[in-house]
Amino acid sequence: MTDHAIRVSSHRGEPRVSPIYDPKVRSIFFQILTAVVVVLVTWSISHNVSVNLARANIASGYSFLAGRSGFDIGFAMISYSSDSTYGDALLVGLINTILIAVTGIITATIIGFIIGIGRLSKNWLIAKLCTVYVEVFRNIPPLLVIFFWYSGVLSSLPQVRDSLKLPFSMFLNNRGLAFPKPVWGDGASLISVAFLVGIIATLAIAMWAKQRQMRTGKQFHTIWVGIGLILGLPLLTFLALGAPLSFDYPIAGRFNLSGGSVIAPEFVALYLALSFYTAAFIAEIIRAGIRGVPKGQSEASFALGLQPSTTTRLVVIPQAMRIIIPPLTSQYLNLTKNSSLGVAIGFPELVSTGGTTMNQTGQAVEVISIWLVVYLTISIATSLFMNWFNAKMALVER
Amino acid sequence: MKKTLLSAAIGAAVLGFASAASAATLDDVKAKGFVQCGVNTGLAGFAQPDSAGNWKGFDVDYCKAVAAAVFGDATKVKYTPTTAQSRFTALQSGEIDLLARNTTWTVNRDTALGFNFRYVNYYDGQGFMVPKSLNVKSALELSGAAVCVQSGTTTELNLADYFKANKLEYKPVVFEKLEEVNAAYQAGRCDVYTTDQSGLYSLRLSLSNPNDHVILPEIISKEPLAPAVRQGDDKWFDIVTWAGYALVQAEEFGITQANVDDIKKSSTNPDVRRFLGVEKDTKIGTDLGLTNDWAYNIIKGVGNYGEVFERNIGANTPLKIQRGLNALWTKGGLQYAPPVR
Repeated sequence: MTDHAIRVSSHRGEPRVSPIYDPKVRSIFFQILTAVVVVLVTWSISHNVSVNLARANIASGYSFLAGRSGFDIGFAMISYSSDSTYGDALLVGLINTILIAVTGIITATIIGFIIGIGRLSKNWLIAKLCTVYVEVFRNIPPLLVIFFWYSGVLSSLPQVRDSLKLPFSMFLNNRGLAFPKPVWGDGASLISVAFLVGIIATLAIAMWAKQRQMRTGKQFHTIWVGIGLILGLPLLTFLALGAPLSFDYPIAGRFNLSGGSVIAPEFVALYLALSFYTAAFIAEIIRAGIRGVPKGQSEASFALGLQPSTTTRLVVIPQAMRIIIPPLTSQYLNLTKNSSLGVAIGFPELVSTGGTTMNQTGQAVEVISIWLVVYLTISIATSLFMNWFNAKMALVER
Repeated sequence: MKKTLLSAAIGAAVLGFASAASAATLDDVKAKGFVQCGVNTGLAGFAQPDSAGNWKGFDVDYCKAVAAAVFGDATKVKYTPTTAQSRFTALQSGEIDLLARNTTWTVNRDTALGFNFRYVNYYDGQGFMVPKSLNVKSALELSGAAVCVQSGTTTELNLADYFKANKLEYKPVVFEKLEEVNAAYQAGRCDVYTTDQSGLYSLRLSLSNPNDHVILPEIISKEPLAPAVRQGDDKWFDIVTWAGYALVQAEEFGITQANVDDIKKSSTNPDVRRFLGVEKDTKIGTDLGLTNDWAYNIIKGVGNYGEVFERNIGANTPLKIQRGLNALWTKGGLQYAPPVR
């Protein structure tokens, strides 16, 4: 066929081919075809869902979110009771998901950095211990790591009536860690204002110090001044206001400790499990990133007379970051998504409260769509932030 | 040519989607050759696999009764263990034909969730279990307690209502799976376990020291447990309904698994003869879309209501549950079947 077509067109002496063989036309045709198929499949699925729901007499729509939920949640960061709405229940779950994601990401990054650098250590014992850590946690499914921590936490801690008494009126038992809840008095908001002022002042000083160093080469101890400002200012305000702070202490009641704040074992188990699991992957990324910087870079840096610590900080790490950040982003996304496994140990994150809502209202399609949209939004936001960070860290070509 | 093939394929796929869920359940079941029945993941006495992997229990016998009515063979059932959360989606999506899983009949489930219930196979109520060592005599003393409960149940809602109404504080400890709730209660993660009272009797057996736990006297809710089917298929709904009523009716007639053959041969009582499908020119079964001996098949397969009760959860089983509200109406209970005629 092809030979024939070419021969026909060459006979006429024009380099024209039939539209069927024109790569441009073909590519447009196939793109349209793909789009049509995608639209058709999406339409048929959504159409089927609505038809099937209607036939089964299942109510649809999102109005159920405003209804009274009627169930309680054990671990809520915002005020929530059984009189709150299903929307509130989902919000409680969302906040818990974000809480576990943020704390988990911070801890996993710190552990990951330590283990990753540890694997590169010249000390045989440290390097091997870090290798063992990575291999153990990387090769166990995250759900098992969560169960391990949960049953570990539950079975190793004492019963509530034999709580471990810790300093500062803290109690540890298998229902969590209870500690005194700070109750702020009048004018306490000024303290947070002072804290913010400290941060802004530190940033300003850092910018000034950088410019001065560029101009004169003189260095400035920004870190110590910054710590002084960020901690000192709120402390001074606190003292000036006459220490407006009291504590609500946990007291042993008939069944439980009452009063104070409690960190639930479900949260601790999920937090530790996700941190330790993800840290194993982050460690490998860090190691790969540092290994990826050519040795010549640090040798050149030494030749210029820079100290080893300065070499690491100013030459090796900035270049390693370019390799580290993109895969690090996917690990952060993984951790966020893995937080949904908390449902297995009864931590009320989004999937858990959503599941209860789904079951009480029967609105499976709606709740699942909310899950999808929320996780997608969180993930895309994380990606955008990390892309911005990546662009900032990328090598500026001059 | 390629294009037409493709569009035909897409069209077929679209049509295939649409037709899959629309067939009548009875025809589906007959074509499959078995009833797909949603049961609990494991609740002693109600639905639990024995050491040989055969499902046994009160709810399981209701699955078997439906299979016996349809196929004349009580073994033609496949079981889908469902959690409190997955049970409704399983039924809505058509994964199971029948949900016999100690499920409370409520108006919300009957309407907004798209299910149909018609008879109560077990009248239950929600109770509390606590360790004896706590020395609690009444649920009203439970202020400040941590309470273990399964998520997505009416239990979870009643619990919130009861503590709110009595102005008591509590800390809910919520899990999706029954096994997880049990493990948490045993580990001392909570002080109180709450679920339907029948469930508490069953769960207490699975604890390492059943005698160290007491079930409090308060019943805080009505929990009419009932089998459920999807809305929109009245024929299948009728079959499931009358299979349940047949069990009760058989007990009322005094027909048991052991004597059903004799009674079928020798009985002269027209009610009984009609019930067992031996009356001349009867349409007692064909009107349901079944054979006329459907009730005989049920009794032959699983026995009557009393036998099902006593075999799985009655006084001679480890659960030792009294008939109570679940006695026949003639004996002061609530179990009552409309006439089979």
